[in-house]
Amino acid sequence: MSDHTFLPAWREQSLGRRVFLRVSAASAASVALIAAGCSTTTVTPTPADPYQLALPTGDPGLLYFAYMMALAQTTLYQKVMDAPPTDLTAAERAVFVDLRDHKVVHQQTIRYLIDPTGINQLLPTDFAFSLSKFTLTTRAGVLAAAQQLADLAAAAYPVLLTLFTTSSIPQRTLLLKMSSVQARHAAAVRDLLTPGSFANSDVVDSAGQLLTKTPTEVIAALAPYFAPYVISVAGLAVPV
Amino acid sequence: MDFFKIIDQLSEVDADVLGRFNSRRAVFGSLGTAAKRSALAATPLFLGALFQKAYAGTAATGVEVLQYALALELFEQDFYAKVKASSPYANASAADKAAIDQIKKHEDSHVTLLRGAISGLGATPVTGVTFKAAVFAGLTTFKTGAAATSQLGIAQLLEDTGVRAYKGRAGELLGTDLLTVALQIHSVEARHAAKIRDMRGQRAWVNPADDLAAHPVYTSGVTTGSTPAAFGLVVPPYTAPSPVENNTTQSNVDIKAGLGATYTASDAAAAFDEYLQVAEVLDNSRAGGLIGA
Repeated sequence: MSDHTFLPAWREQSLGRRVFLRVSAASAASVALIAAGCSTTTVTPTPADPYQLALPTGDPGLLYFAYMMALAQTTLYQKVMDAPPTDLTAAERAVFVDLRDHKVVHQQTIRYLIDPTGINQLLPTDFAFSLSKFTLTTRAGVLAAAQQLADLAAAAYPVLLTLFTTSSIPQRTLLLKMSSVQARHAAAVRDLLTPGSFANSDVVDSAGQLLTKTPTEVIAALAPYFAPYVISVAGLAVPV
Repeated sequence: MDFFKIIDQLSEVDADVLGRFNSRRAVFGSLGTAAKRSALAATPLFLGALFQKAYAGTAATGVEVLQYALALELFEQDFYAKVKASSPYANASAADKAAIDQIKKHEDSHVTLLRGAISGLGATPVTGVTFKAAVFAGLTTFKTGAAATSQLGIAQLLEDTGVRAYKGRAGELLGTDLLTVALQIHSVEARHAAKIRDMRGQRAWVNPADDLAAHPVYTSGVTTGSTPAAFGLVVPPYTAPSPVENNTTQSNVDIKAGLGATYTASDAAAAFDEYLQVAEVLDNSRAGGLIGA
């Protein structure tokens, strides 16, 4: 068996379902046009919005969601590596190297789950996680940004893992294996910024359980950084 | 491991084996392709779950997993209670004490939560799981010296074992609300492990450069004296050894070279935490050797 055959569901899907769905107002308008029986005189086409992105429905959408969370973190960590603040210690830089490397592995593993061929364009070429809202010139700023993203992803996993419906085992198993590494990242970064805060009450409730976030909440939190793209989670499983 | 060979062998002693699954068609429908069979074979975690569902009532399964989780939490709770009553802890820094206090508080909460859930499902919560007093007496330092004789050295092993143990039974909770609860606790255990490691001067994530990397907690397999049925626990059968923590292959993909770029073995291993099955967790080389009066 080759490495590429463990997810037959993906191979059976058309390219259109596998690559990211790009929804424009124009296509929505044309659907409305057909539904309305082609009453062309009454429909005013709205301008196409090329920045509307809809996550695919079901499990593929969940993988895209996980991919975006990883993308956000790798973008940040790589920037810190490229231009570390002068007050970030050597030991802390070494931690960031690990954070970056782990998240790159996560991102590429998720990418593999989405597209084992590795040749499809998953996202628009100009889609990016913007770092402009973070202060990345100081140690405190870098750690605050890292804490925000690592905590967010850690909070997402306990919900995300329950939403998969596929019988494909690697997806859930691999994300489960990543989830605790994500939690370790969050705890480590928190303690660098605020010693002793690894599992504070803002992330763990009084029952000792991690406070979780749904994909909807996570995408809302990330929305300012993915602008001008707007991501819709409407196609994901319910509840999200 | 050939899934259908197992089915065949089971059918020799249990003619109704396929009837125990939802239906023959359901089994073939969900596992019917060679690729999926192979993926399953590489994943005893979920295979165990399938058999568990086939041979036990699905309603009971949730309770059984919770009882196992409670047993491990009681074990951790007792360990930290012993730590807090010890002189090495009394002499530790305020920051280190605060971290232990925070972790102990969470373990207390986990015990309360799991007890409530088990009672709520009509079962009697497991009791009496403690850390061996004689072993604890040998932990003469707080975090310095040999890991095997320091309290935090053992704490790291317990926390990292807990993270692996929750993963090992998550598959049995699929489709139930209990899965979210288990994953929320699992995530908090990982934060504890990260903190303890940091206090010991280790990286927060399991990696080949750990001072304890060679400890059985980070390998797999059953060596001796495993007592998976202790405390009346009902557990899935042990299959093949779980992946070791230094594993660099996931779902038949070489993480080092199979993802379009090259990654070090250390990164490929540290990016994933591996699971352990019950028989492995309760093996004498791991938690099994530390549980007792």
